Amino acid sequence: MSGAGQDTAIRARGLTKRFGQLVAVDHVDLAVPARHVYGFLGPNGSGKSTTIRMLCGLLTPSEGEIDVLGLSVPREAEALRRRIGYMTQKFSLFDDLEVRENLEFMAAVQGVPKARTARRIDELVEQYHFGDCQKQLAGTMSGGQKQRLALACAVIHEPELLFLDEPTSAVDPESRRDFWEKLFELADGGTTLLVSTHLMDEAERCHRLAVLDRGVLVADGTPAELTARLEGRAFVVASAQPRRAQRRLAELPEVLGVAQVGNELRVLMRAGGPEGGAALARLERVLADGGPAARIRPVRPNLEDVFVAVTRQQRPREERAA
Amino acid sequence: MSWRRLWAIVVKELRQLARDRITLAMIVGIPVIQLVLFGYAINTNLRGLDAGIADQADTAGSRALVMDMLATGVIAPAAHVDTPEELVEMLRQGRISIGVAIPPDFERRRHDGRQVAQVMVDGSDNVVQSAAAQLAQVPVDSAAPDTRAPLVSTPADGPIGIVSFYNPQRRSAVNIVPGLIGVILTMTMVLFTGIAIVRERERGNMELLIATPLSSAELMVGKVLPYIGIGLVQTTVILALGRGLFAVPIQGSLLDVYLAAGLLILANLTMGLLISTRAQSQFQAMQMTFFVFLPSILLSGFMFPFAGMPGPVRWLAEALPLTHFMRLIRGIMLRGAGLAELWREVAALGAFTAVMMAAAILRFRKRLD
Ligand SMILES: Nc1ncnc2c1ncn2[C@@H]1O[C@H](COP(=O)(O)OP(=O)(O)O)[C@@H](O)[C@H]1O
Ligand SMILES: [Mg+2]
Repeated sequence: MSGAGQDTAIRARGLTKRFGQLVAVDHVDLAVPARHVYGFLGPNGSGKSTTIRMLCGLLTPSEGEIDVLGLSVPREAEALRRRIGYMTQKFSLFDDLEVRENLEFMAAVQGVPKARTARRIDELVEQYHFGDCQKQLAGTMSGGQKQRLALACAVIHEPELLFLDEPTSAVDPESRRDFWEKLFELADGGTTLLVSTHLMDEAERCHRLAVLDRGVLVADGTPAELTARLEGRAFVVASAQPRRAQRRLAELPEVLGVAQVGNELRVLMRAGGPEGGAALARLERVLADGGPAARIRPVRPNLEDVFVAVTRQQRPREERAA
Repeated sequence: MSWRRLWAIVVKELRQLARDRITLAMIVGIPVIQLVLFGYAINTNLRGLDAGIADQADTAGSRALVMDMLATGVIAPAAHVDTPEELVEMLRQGRISIGVAIPPDFERRRHDGRQVAQVMVDGSDNVVQSAAAQLAQVPVDSAAPDTRAPLVSTPADGPIGIVSFYNPQRRSAVNIVPGLIGVILTMTMVLFTGIAIVRERERGNMELLIATPLSSAELMVGKVLPYIGIGLVQTTVILALGRGLFAVPIQGSLLDVYLAAGLLILANLTMGLLISTRAQSQFQAMQMTFFVFLPSILLSGFMFPFAGMPGPVRWLAEALPLTHFMRLIRGIMLRGAGLAELWREVAALGAFTAVMMAAAILRFRKRLD
């Protein structure tokens, strides 16, 4: 195996997928370090599933090169399939098979040695808490249980690389926390994980992440790096009349986005405009002059801000190009 | 090909099948219902058919023969006429289903051992067809009843001749049940595998399956294997019912019957698989199944004699597995032929299966696009 295969689990260059006129994935460059939890953050339709499918050889790219675990995809997809696990966005195990039957099927199909199968399944049943529902039909389980079963099945052959497509979108917060515990355990055990999500709090947990917007990779880095770029541009405005304050602030050219969060407003300033103290002063002046009374304080930017920043600032450029 | 993965698919299919009550019910229900439905059409124990009688001899002997026929209960006198021509006219008008004509020289014919009477039937109706066969069994010499073995004689050879109008082929229960095995297997087998792959696609299982090392051959063969057993179960149901209800004989070897059924099952299952790789939804798969099923029924020789078809239709019929099975099964069950003698049909079914399976495996891509 090449050196690159050791440190970089996935490398893609110019990855593009067109469906007719639609460009679902548009010249994406990726480098996913091994043994990391790597996030794909983007709203619905941004091309997360399509990218994952191309990376595991299920869709043929229209353009671009893919190297996964040192294998060229889709040419060597068959060899790759033995070494990866894939948890699809939609539950894809068999509703009319019992939990243990699903595990047995996946063990056989994934080539877990026969002698090891029973022990491996017992192990997973224990780790994923299926002790008292091994005989339950998968279709009758709750969303959280199904996701746990899907994960257990995806890792049954102890793959080096795991693709998880929006694994927790149908799961309550409690189960989600448990689920992420499992993901980190896997990463600690040396597995590389690529997880797509449209949830900011989930993206926050990843070691690194890529932000996708309409098929374009608009930012990537660690969550800290991504938020650090927005330092001094995020503010919270507390006002008795938040709607009125929002209207007033949204008119300003240097404001990139204003979103109501509870009783407060979250304001993100445009790049190249006033930042930090200057921005604070500017916002205060505007509201004092005709706006509702308000208290404004600077806050640490979060991934939501990152998302707003990268997607909104992208747009005018694109429109000019078009 | 990994036997373990293949077996995993087989076990999965069987487990899913065991929990699928509707399909389970269909496996036994379809043959039973079809056979009983067709059974009405081929029931040889019909009673009270409207009959016209033209007794031109009008002797004690001829009257006794008519009385014996009426005594079977199969026919009820609807009209007494003078000439056979009138019977034909009434048959055509549908006023009677059966005509019994006894010629003026009845006594001399009986003396000479020639045919003494004619039973005319509306041959377009299977029911009547077989009723006539029963009438022809009526012993002519009423003084010595029960001397002739019932049912085994060929009516045309006896003293009472049957003239069948509109269907000179004279099919009967015996002729239909063997064919029915083929029709039922075609219907159920193509349908079962026709939806096999599409269903996985619709339920979202396919994306998981194709992301594993499972090969298309393992998947296709694994999907087909369980249904071979099911097809043989259906064959058994039809054979048993055919025997129990309609006394359908098996002249050839039972093993040959099962081997022939096995060949048709394989041909149909692989055709179903090919359909399944093409269809976008279960509904489409069913439509395509129907598209295959109709010509099979119409052109295979099950409904209409093959010999009467124009050339191009025959070529089409030759491409249908059911056509070859009809020849096989009728040969084995009715004429007592061996599978080896019918090797052409065996080869045709084998070739069909191989082509379909190869096409299905090649067509199935482990890709989503
Ligand atoms: N098989 C397909 N055929 C046509 N369009 C598709 C297909 N798959 C995805 N798309 C389109 O590509 C875009 C990206 O989809 P997807 O990758 O599923 O996004 P995400 O997973 O981020 O929600 C969407 O606009 C979607 O409608
Ligand atoms: Mg998706």
